[in-house]
Amino acid sequence: MRISGWGRFPQIDCDVMSMRDRQDALDAVRSQPSLITRGNGRSYGDAALNATSVLSTLKSDRILAFDTTTGTIRCEAGLILSDLLDFAVPRGFFPPVTPGTRFVTLGGMIASDVHGKNHHAAGTFGRHVESLNLLTADGIVHLCSRTENADLLRATCGGMGLTGTILDATFRLLPIETAAIRQEVAIAADIVETMALCESSANWTYTVAWIDCLARGARLGRSVIFKGEHASRDEVGDASLAVPRRRTKRVPVDFPGFALNKWSVRAFNELYYRRSKPGVSFPDYETFFYPLDAIHDWNRIYGGAGFTQYQCVVPVADSAVAIRRILQSVSEAGLGSFLAVLKLFGRGDDGLLSFPMEGYTLTLDFPANSRTFNLLLRLDAILAEYGGRLYLAKDVRGSADMMRRGYPNLDAFRAIREIHDPMHKMASLQSERLGI
Amino acid sequence: MSAAGSVLVIGGASDIGRAIARVYAEAGRPVVLAARNASRLQTDATDIQLRGGVPVTLLDLDILDSSTFPAFLDAVGDLPGTVISVVGLLGDQAQSSIDPAIAETVMRTNYIGPALLLGEIANRMERRGSGTIIGISSVAGDRGRASNYIYGSAKAGFTAFLSGLRNRLATKGVHVVTIKPGFVDTQMTKGMKLPPLLTASPLEVANAVAASEQRRRDIVYVRPIWRVVMGVIGAVPEKIFKTRMKS
Repeated sequence: MRISGWGRFPQIDCDVMSMRDRQDALDAVRSQPSLITRGNGRSYGDAALNATSVLSTLKSDRILAFDTTTGTIRCEAGLILSDLLDFAVPRGFFPPVTPGTRFVTLGGMIASDVHGKNHHAAGTFGRHVESLNLLTADGIVHLCSRTENADLLRATCGGMGLTGTILDATFRLLPIETAAIRQEVAIAADIVETMALCESSANWTYTVAWIDCLARGARLGRSVIFKGEHASRDEVGDASLAVPRRRTKRVPVDFPGFALNKWSVRAFNELYYRRSKPGVSFPDYETFFYPLDAIHDWNRIYGGAGFTQYQCVVPVADSAVAIRRILQSVSEAGLGSFLAVLKLFGRGDDGLLSFPMEGYTLTLDFPANSRTFNLLLRLDAILAEYGGRLYLAKDVRGSADMMRRGYPNLDAFRAIREIHDPMHKMASLQSERLGI
Repeated sequence: MSAAGSVLVIGGASDIGRAIARVYAEAGRPVVLAARNASRLQTDATDIQLRGGVPVTLLDLDILDSSTFPAFLDAVGDLPGTVISVVGLLGDQAQSSIDPAIAETVMRTNYIGPALLLGEIANRMERRGSGTIIGISSVAGDRGRASNYIYGSAKAGFTAFLSGLRNRLATKGVHVVTIKPGFVDTQMTKGMKLPPLLTASPLEVANAVAASEQRRRDIVYVRPIWRVVMGVIGAVPEKIFKTRMKS
């Protein structure tokens, strides 16, 4: 079967095995010489691709236990976040951490150790995992927690599926009073103002800045900053835990390659910037967290050749200079990105290959073509100068050298992988490319 | 929907059966899952129970042993408001065409077993004067094809059985629905190359089942395009079909 990541580049033909339960997973691990576990295919690049076979968790999506008082929940790895929200929100709970799409699986969230707009306050998803069951390549199931197999837990959160197949996980949901978010919007005229606003908003649970990455000169780094809190019953009234009605649109066909160009993206960015008005409002959580999910298959706007998302983080100390230089390079190349997002992370997390570190993370989308890849090489060079790193869940073209420099715990990770999978049976195109 | 009482899913271990159980449970209907070695479905039962907040019961059923049906129905207890048969066995056509024992298992699983069990349930519903029976049949029963006619013939029998039952009970307060899913992405079709446009997910089938009950539909093609496809296939004269369309 032909599969790809969310960026639709690269595409490969391989066996797609499916697991409904533990036995299926065991059979797959025993029978296949090489494989990687795959959730809903929402990582952008080649992290969930393997030339031989992938093991889909989508049919292992059961909710196994739920404590209505504490919000502690145990679910199988293939549960899609959207289904978890449908279950949790009406019961007054919310995921402790959510990425920018609700179409990811629990297993994928753990393997990528995803972060959300609340990273500065709540850390990554892995920080909230109390325990998980992991099937390693040798056919053994390990219960991993902070007290038991703690090393394996640290390697698995952010481990991109390379330690084994996550079967199920236990974590605690966050109590909420309503399904609404109290959102405050602020406008920043340049990068200095943007970063100052990010830093002064640390007392908000959720913060993120959308950047107009085609603005130049004095306007470089101008942005719209979104801050949010779960709204209380007093603010929006009772009976407000309903899951919002979803009015989704589809992108029915691939856009032609020329549809997204310097001018159309500039026009979109200009419009978006001008339309945003400062002030307070109460959108539902879907509008606040998952605006792009309202358009199914939005990855088709980049055409059949696919696209890539470049997400990096630079340490806080030099971030003002580093982010400015990256934005300048993008702006000069004229390769504007539809989506450009800046977020200030809190302290780094326990996962050995976790992405976040204290500093600024910048996310950019580009069509997959040679101009993009040349630009990204220049961005890599800037990143390396300041000790930054790339996010593996997005990456499709980084080098082994960038990997080694960006992830100082790589050797510790390799040592743990060596114990459970010396033959590297669990491998992805990405792990081979990056020499993980 | 909760006024309609509990729902019995026959063939509850299948992907479609699980999806149907979830959809009905989330609508507030208590669920009984019947399958061979039902105890292996404990995690499914927990999942469905948590999602729906309704009781879920597991019951053993061997669809190939009709002598156990009375005891099975006793174990079900109160006759459910809705009974859905998801039982199906595709089998391997090449094997089925040379080994009568294998062909018989396919025929009995897809036709004789479900028909006898639903027939007995229908009689009880008729006495009660209410109920819904939903049978998952197949587009493969619409025309015999070289590639799957053992399975297809059994499904054709099941389709005809449901049709007759529907007509018999139309005035007795019992509604009978025939569902023809087309290709579905399940264990049954694992490893097959399926055209995306013609292939439904188990959840799509489950939603179609629930909607068919609410709207009192009679015959439902889960993806409407299948009605067109089978219309065209059905219209090809046998003389041409037998030589040109052997698949």
